[in-house]
Amino acid sequence: MLRLELRPQASRTMTFVAPLLAIAATVAAGGVLFAALGFAPLPALATFFLSPLGDLYGVTEWLLKATPLAIIACALALGFRGNVWNIGAEGQLIAGAIAAGGTALALYEVSGLWVLPTVLLAGVVGGAAWAAIPALLRIRFHANEILTSLMLNYVAVLLLAWLVHGPWRSPEGYNFPETRMFTDSALMPLLVEGMRLHVGVLFAPLVAVVAWVILSRSFLGFQIKVIGMTPAAGSYAGFGPNRVIAFTLMFGGGMAGLAGAMEITGPIGQLVPTVSPGYGYTAIIAAFLGRLHPIGILLAALLLALTYMGGDAAQIALGVPLAVTQVFQGMILFFLLAADVLIRYRVRLSLPHGARR
Amino acid sequence: MSEAELATLAAILAAMIRAATPLVFAALGELVTERAGVLNLGLEGMMLMGAVAAFGTAHAGAGHGAAMAAGAAAGVGMSLLFAFLALGLRANQVACGLALSIFGVGLSAFVGKSLVGTPIAALPALPIPLLSEIPVLGPALFSHDILVYASILAVPAISWFLFRTRAGLVLRAVGENHDAAHDIGYGVLKVRTLAVMFGGAMAGLAGAYLSLAYTPMWVENMSSGRGWIALALVVFATWVPVRALMGAYLFGGVTILQLHAQNWGVPVSAQILAMLPYLATIVVLVLISRDETKIKLNAPACLGKVFHSGR
Repeated sequence: MLRLELRPQASRTMTFVAPLLAIAATVAAGGVLFAALGFAPLPALATFFLSPLGDLYGVTEWLLKATPLAIIACALALGFRGNVWNIGAEGQLIAGAIAAGGTALALYEVSGLWVLPTVLLAGVVGGAAWAAIPALLRIRFHANEILTSLMLNYVAVLLLAWLVHGPWRSPEGYNFPETRMFTDSALMPLLVEGMRLHVGVLFAPLVAVVAWVILSRSFLGFQIKVIGMTPAAGSYAGFGPNRVIAFTLMFGGGMAGLAGAMEITGPIGQLVPTVSPGYGYTAIIAAFLGRLHPIGILLAALLLALTYMGGDAAQIALGVPLAVTQVFQGMILFFLLAADVLIRYRVRLSLPHGARR
Repeated sequence: MSEAELATLAAILAAMIRAATPLVFAALGELVTERAGVLNLGLEGMMLMGAVAAFGTAHAGAGHGAAMAAGAAAGVGMSLLFAFLALGLRANQVACGLALSIFGVGLSAFVGKSLVGTPIAALPALPIPLLSEIPVLGPALFSHDILVYASILAVPAISWFLFRTRAGLVLRAVGENHDAAHDIGYGVLKVRTLAVMFGGAMAGLAGAYLSLAYTPMWVENMSSGRGWIALALVVFATWVPVRALMGAYLFGGVTILQLHAQNWGVPVSAQILAMLPYLATIVVLVLISRDETKIKLNAPACLGKVFHSGR
């Protein structure tokens, strides 16, 4: 029988080994999945993980998809460290897109270098405001932020659907549920001519640095870590959890809102009913896979962005459903949670009672 | 009231009960799981796997009994995944539950791709003789399918189990103080695993009801947040089964209100009305959570805490 033995101290080595084990196990399980579907596992895995990065277009799309994941996950990680479970990033992303989109429409055909920063700022404010709701409900009424932030995801989806079907629908859009295309001054400048990758990709390392500074170099970061380890310790040290709750939720919301604003002013160029393929949920996985550390998260975001590309590639080349992306993402998180046991426990082979002396 | 008005009233009541039934199943299952001290946030994923398994089984021509069993079994299968990680490997329960939901949404869409748009025969109604002929109450309460009756009967059954049997006492003891329960000699992990499996079976049945009876078809993500609403209902019910039923019916009412409001000429767009159940969930959570002591008194004391047997 396998037995778990508590380590005297959490293993630092295993903290870094566990994600690698999880990725290896996911690739292996993915091979089994493809084999079960009747494909040769190795070529199918190559289609999923390698073929999307075969040319410059693939690489630029990869970075484009990793950007929102990294930005959101870096911010969410601060909350997760402080035991604040914001799982409403998807709704906050949409709220940011709505605020940014509304601003871009209000500034339709207005030119000026200030237009785009205004639009992006509106996105940040929109996302933070959306996240302020669960923060307020948690602080003022002790309502569980997991459930309230999640409920608001559904509300945000419906709000966006209402806007693009109704009041904001494009007058020249042949009744399609979409707004006008934003004008040039409200669009992200492209980084590589002819590709969709835009300058917003630079926000990913920037937000990572900001998150790192907050966590490692500020009193707020210290408070987050203390409350995350032992919620009661904060009150002995003279601070309650409210500041941490409010900050981490609204920072997460603000960054999700920024990501939403950059999606609609970048690759999409207008508001449509679906502005995200679930980046807000996937970012949760990126945060855990990246060990809640900004550098780890940047790497994890790249890997998870690859699962979106792999899903597309597998759908085209192998004809498997696009949901294969979510299956891989779910497997990564499962294997990671399983591998994490090695951080706090030693796995020992224990002999049956009779064999022991 | 005229006869037509009475008939409308009966139809609305019946629709409310139907809308509430998946919530009743899922909330009751989670209630038992949480009473044993385990917080499983994976309801949404278990429900969707239950829905797709039940639908696929019915679509293959296996009959409704087998379809319901397949739904429950799929829920149990998913719950075992959770139990292995959260109980066996002592991983964080919140993270495991989230993983189960994310994985279930993806896996159900993946395996159900070929079932989209295919028809099945809906679960038939079984009017109860005599009772179903009572005016208003008959069509409202006694002309449903077997899963609706089962969901209602589950309430007294679970109440009896939790508060009147020895096994129920042990389950609650494990949820209140796992160290004491362990010291007395109860198998904490065994009790919790069984409670998680029960929660999985009930969530699977909730999904089966959606895809076999409520809207007899398979659509990606068709539970649309009901798993999360059920989680909120458990808090709203302060972990008491009969209150979970009442809460679910309240939500059924909100859902039906939203569907009928447009027919009644309320000048609000469909998308705004569709927000109602989610907003109602938030309002209900706020109302019940305002009183912190009420939650603290009623919540199982070890809810969500990791149990180390070898302290």
